[in-house]
Amino acid sequence: MTKAPPIQGEFYQRDRRWHPPAFHKDYKTSVARSPKLSLISLENTASEITGPRFGHSDLAPGDNDLLTNYAQPEQSPIGERIIVHGRVLDENARPVPNTLVEIWQANASGRYRHKKDAYLGAIDPNFGGCGRTMTDENGYYYFRTVKPGAYPWRNWVNDWRPAHIHVSVFGTGFAQRLITQLYFEGDPLIKTCPIVATIPDPDAVEQLIARLDRNATIPLDTIAYKFDIVLRGRRSTLFENRLEGN
Amino acid sequence: MPQQLDYLKETPSQTAGPYVHIGLAPGAAGFEIYDQELGQDITGPNAEGERIRIEGLVIDGTGSPVKDVLLEAWQANAAGIYAHPEHPGEVEEGFRGWGRVITDFDSGEWGFETVKPGLVMGRNGQMMAPHINLWIVARGINVGLNTRLYFDDEAEANAADPVINVIEWEKRRKTLIAKRSERDGQAVYRFDIHLQGDDETVFFDI
Repeated sequence: MTKAPPIQGEFYQRDRRWHPPAFHKDYKTSVARSPKLSLISLENTASEITGPRFGHSDLAPGDNDLLTNYAQPEQSPIGERIIVHGRVLDENARPVPNTLVEIWQANASGRYRHKKDAYLGAIDPNFGGCGRTMTDENGYYYFRTVKPGAYPWRNWVNDWRPAHIHVSVFGTGFAQRLITQLYFEGDPLIKTCPIVATIPDPDAVEQLIARLDRNATIPLDTIAYKFDIVLRGRRSTLFENRLEGN
Repeated sequence: MPQQLDYLKETPSQTAGPYVHIGLAPGAAGFEIYDQELGQDITGPNAEGERIRIEGLVIDGTGSPVKDVLLEAWQANAAGIYAHPEHPGEVEEGFRGWGRVITDFDSGEWGFETVKPGLVMGRNGQMMAPHINLWIVARGINVGLNTRLYFDDEAEANAADPVINVIEWEKRRKTLIAKRSERDGQAVYRFDIHLQGDDETVFFDI
């Protein structure tokens, strides 16, 4: 017999008008891959409030350094050397410690190390294109990498993705699971990208644009960009709905 | 001007794109980089309960299999306990309850080995039927899709399940029920996920 779960706050509802809708005609691949019927709204149970946990034994120490994690000894990938750093927070502005952050990206010429990517841009023998790390006790994370290049993709005839890094984050509950993309301040391609444009609110788009961070830049070495990630927050009032009943 | 509510906004989602494998399953993208890829062993060696296999397709609105999907599974152990500090109870040493699987680039088939989960305590003291929570991302999916897989040999528990019963349309409930068969003495459950169409799978806003 299972014991009743303890009293725990539920996650705040996801703001579905802040996220992109499933269907967006200008992002053509979404047309046949978007559910047409409404999502069924569920109140949180143990299945949504819990989620997988990871530890440092799951990772190797250099997994967050894309400048070295696939490079030959004494060699480096081509491209602008950057640091991407920030914090994982929840909607209550509390840090999310010890959570797994995974990233992947194209190399400096806009080419992915993937057997399905046939773009003309060259593969870089010293660049894998993925990294992962755990946030520390303050929710802080950092990666070192090269700035990815823009690349063309088949949507409209002449579409180019802005430079971007894919970011995957867990949080503490499966309901917080999130994948998004990080863009770079000042990139003119952000405005024309149909994938960016799936997000209806311009303020929400701004939230995906990493800002140049001169204070974290290492002189004569690496330019830094800051990118904070916000996961769903949880309710914590005394008048909480009790998951296990009243 | 009333007081401000100082909440942050959740970071908006973007599609995982066609190359999700590079980040989350690099071996499938065609290169070795990590000492260990995560999510390949859901149960560990000590998990009790029936060993089962789950497999299926993800099917788009044209009826075609989607061949660049990544799915994540989250489940309780055979005693209905999640490997998480907020869920009271113990799980077996090495049981994580989480896995990650990709579809085959040619056929679109996906599958993973696990143990059949037990009943889990739901809200208001109502037991939830055994189920596996699934999260589906791919190119063309702007926000990861959440659904649940239930088991067709749990008819009684399914009939009483508070989540299945939230679904107003009874004919749609069957989209969440995996079908059991046997292969070489092993239980195999089939679970095809329809993103659109007459049999569109029920997806949840959790």
